[in-house]
Amino acid sequence: MTRLLLALMLAPMLAIAAPAAAVLPDEMLPDPAQEHRARAISKDLRCVVCQNQSIDDSDAPLARDLRLLVREQIAKGKSDAEVRDYVVARYGNFVLLKPPVEGDTLLLWAGPFAVLILGAIGIALWQRRKPATSSADAPLSEAERAELDRLR
Amino acid sequence: MKRLLFILPIIAFVGLAGFLGYGLTQDPKALPSQLIDRPLPAFALPGIDGPVLASATFKGEPRLLNVWASWCAACPQEHPVLERIAQEGFPVYGIAWKDKPEDSRAFLARFGNPYAGLGMDQSGRTAIDLGVTGAPETFVVDKKGRVRFKQIGPISPEQWEGEIKPLMLQLRAEA
Repeated sequence: MTRLLLALMLAPMLAIAAPAAAVLPDEMLPDPAQEHRARAISKDLRCVVCQNQSIDDSDAPLARDLRLLVREQIAKGKSDAEVRDYVVARYGNFVLLKPPVEGDTLLLWAGPFAVLILGAIGIALWQRRKPATSSADAPLSEAERAELDRLR
Repeated sequence: MKRLLFILPIIAFVGLAGFLGYGLTQDPKALPSQLIDRPLPAFALPGIDGPVLASATFKGEPRLLNVWASWCAACPQEHPVLERIAQEGFPVYGIAWKDKPEDSRAFLARFGNPYAGLGMDQSGRTAIDLGVTGAPETFVVDKKGRVRFKQIGPISPEQWEGEIKPLMLQLRAEA
């Protein structure tokens, strides 16, 4: 009973607890709308030191520098795409956590669908071949019937 | 047909194993530099005790640009190689990345100063323009001021002899 009560008390707390971001108050832009845009862009940019975190999540000093750079560019009036391009020009597509569809990322994007289609073709072929090889539903032959009668 | 179906998974397995095996020989942390064959980004950094280090310096002769810091763990290990490179007559320039001038000075007093010119990048902005992901990193800049090679991590003596020195000699011979 107490456990259930505890769980009920904990659930809303967990629900409202947002994952902690690394953005410090002194980095934030005064304009909430601009800060919101900066956060959105930062979430899509990879921290090049830790590599599997976004710069929004990372405590690495270089991630902080990049967050400040993103905010500086926004404050200058650059669009979201321009800010992203600015960082990509320096670190390459690798900094985008969601890489664009291009020649060398085609395998990455199309791979799962290719496997799905190949699997579907495989299953279709297998299903079509199955009735021909299966003899379970065929009526018994004369010899089989005789054998059955003998066993009875 | 049956036999083919039997062999197919084996072929698929060998193919996948080969592909993954090849992946093991690659360094997933190595990032291709965006600067290869492109001009060195413009910068003008205050020197530590001497003059300003500007990107305009990197013209007329192939040079090395080494990004380092006193807080960088691998830099003392690389430093003797840089000294040797400088002694062999190849100009090495340095950018101290997000380092305090007094710390950089103490580092050079302790390990020696191979740098023909040294800039202090305290904001880290030039390092971002260079696409630096960690110290040390070294750029090979050709006569025309274009980046031709980027080394991530310390240069080993073998790498200098086998890879970077031949490239420097080749760049010297270029028109």
